[in-house]
Amino acid sequence: MEAQEDLQVDLSTESLLEMYWLIVLSRRLDERTWVLHRQGKIAFHISGIGHEAAQVGAALALRRGQDWVVPYYRDLALMLALGFTPKEFMLGVMGKKGEPSSGARQMPSHWSLKRMNVVSHSSPVATQAPHASGIGFAIKMRGDDVVVLTSIGEGSTSQGEWYEAVNWAAVHQLPVVFMVENNLYAISVRQERQMAVEHVADKAAGLGLPGVTVDGLDALAVHQVMTEAVDRARSGGGPTVVETMVQRMTPHSSDDDDRSYRTREELEALKAQDPLDLHRDKLLAAGILTEEAEREVQARAKREVDEAVAFATEAPYPDISEASYPVYAEDRRDD
Amino acid sequence: MTEMTLIEGLRQGMDEELERDARVFIVGEDVGPRGGVFRATQGLYEKYGEDRVVDSPLAELSIVGIGIGTALYGMRPICEIQFADFIYPAFNQIVSEAARMCYRSGGEWTVPMVIRAPYGGGIGGGLYHSQSIEAFFTHVPGLKVVVPSTPYDAKGLLKSAVRDPNPVIYLEPKKGYRLIRGEVPEDEEVLVPIGPARLSREGTDLSVFAYGMMHHYCLEAAERVSQEGIDTELVDLRTLKPVDRETVLASVAKTGKALIVHEDNLTGGYGAEIAAILAEEAFADLDAPVRRLAGPDVPAMPYSHPLQDWFMPDADRIADAIRELAAY
Repeated sequence: MEAQEDLQVDLSTESLLEMYWLIVLSRRLDERTWVLHRQGKIAFHISGIGHEAAQVGAALALRRGQDWVVPYYRDLALMLALGFTPKEFMLGVMGKKGEPSSGARQMPSHWSLKRMNVVSHSSPVATQAPHASGIGFAIKMRGDDVVVLTSIGEGSTSQGEWYEAVNWAAVHQLPVVFMVENNLYAISVRQERQMAVEHVADKAAGLGLPGVTVDGLDALAVHQVMTEAVDRARSGGGPTVVETMVQRMTPHSSDDDDRSYRTREELEALKAQDPLDLHRDKLLAAGILTEEAEREVQARAKREVDEAVAFATEAPYPDISEASYPVYAEDRRDD
Repeated sequence: MTEMTLIEGLRQGMDEELERDARVFIVGEDVGPRGGVFRATQGLYEKYGEDRVVDSPLAELSIVGIGIGTALYGMRPICEIQFADFIYPAFNQIVSEAARMCYRSGGEWTVPMVIRAPYGGGIGGGLYHSQSIEAFFTHVPGLKVVVPSTPYDAKGLLKSAVRDPNPVIYLEPKKGYRLIRGEVPEDEEVLVPIGPARLSREGTDLSVFAYGMMHHYCLEAAERVSQEGIDTELVDLRTLKPVDRETVLASVAKTGKALIVHEDNLTGGYGAEIAAILAEEAFADLDAPVRRLAGPDVPAMPYSHPLQDWFMPDADRIADAIRELAAY
């Protein structure tokens, strides 16, 4: 389809609608998971509400399935864009057998999806960043046409691991894009207690690579900046730090109570800048999305979420024997 | 057969694996034109180039973290930590990441990598160039830990570690780099499997378990006490994780007495694991309490020569411990 001149973006109608679908699907899954937690049906949820537009903007700048992704725990929309299914997500949330990230060994939202080159990550933050640079280093050694996207929260860029990873990528001009999803909060600690710079992207200057800050509530703006960063990486121009300004519209996780550090007024104000609404309104105004199509998107999302919850509820737990392996590569089994 | 030093065996092992498999590369501080501060990688940069023998920034966690990333992409990194004492910044990457990757991904992702580190004292290295670190890593499921004590094993274990599909911690007794010499065959491939211990001296009166430089001193002590009529059996553990239970238990079944020697601190040291195995599985075979001879529980080895000697177990002290146990 034609590029959308009205929106002044180099994206097809199909892509713009896919973005919207992914944002809606991610939001409805995320909301339902909070409900499941409040009902006492699951042990844990960590949310990406408010981050979705940035994630789908980034995902659509990649060659999905060819490029590699090293994500972090808020990346539900990014993972859906990479082919993680709602059923797979719900298996993980409920700790059921066959969950693709870890076989239900890890907490939910600790992603891995080998079939789409998404690498497993852990809970200690920033540990994934050196892996992304290592993958980039191997890509460069082999001369492959592959780019790595790695994501992280702004608080986690305080870790030495992030600096060491970005430094490596800059020294060797590696094909890595360091995406920072800046929601201003690291659990309860605001950005001004994490860093003296105004923007995380400013840190890039000290490491010798470009750093860009973009409105992460605007999927199209993120897509444009990400496309430039990915193109630069792919053409041998080296890494980029892309800081997307997003908003965390929920507590840190289901175990967090944000009332001690965030006013209700502040949270309420975020709703006026909901990235889902912003993207929908843009598509409606441009005539890309109709009211009827919008209702269909919502109905389809509800249906897929319902199906995923029903599927995962019925699914068996892993056999207890699965807790004992595979500690070593030689212990791997086909199931 | 060619006689060579332990570090030459190690270097030859790396050379052959670089030659054999294009996925293998070395990364670490000063490993390039400098050939490593101990010269372990000497000549490899010239032979294989800067893409295969890579000087890293001076940041240990990144050496391991980058290595993990390359392994995930299909490479076979050999990561050099310049001194074992400097491995702690990389602890998180080794323990949280490399060791747990296979399990936490249900086997989807694995980390075939070697992490080499010169360890141990007796070289005037003071607190931060003398440490033994094995106990931190033998505790961690998902890792393998090996310690060669001969040039043959240095070569053969290195080559096996490179070919292993898991993260392998390869600890080098640096005092023995040039002190320990031995025969290594030229016309056959030297591969020492990870797992089996080596019965390095047969005896009937008591069993001594050691590894690395301490194995060398134990051998010296065993020869000395043999002139007094004490017949010592010596086992070079050489793979600490997984431990070779069968060899340990078979030896104690024969001798009925066990002494474990390491230069790492006593408390929570590797000797405690061997002692626990014997207490659980060889109780009926034991004719004497299990003994441990280890470094003292001070933070690390002091620099000053007499203070260093106070810390480091040697052939004299080992011979005394053998005599005491034999007389029990």
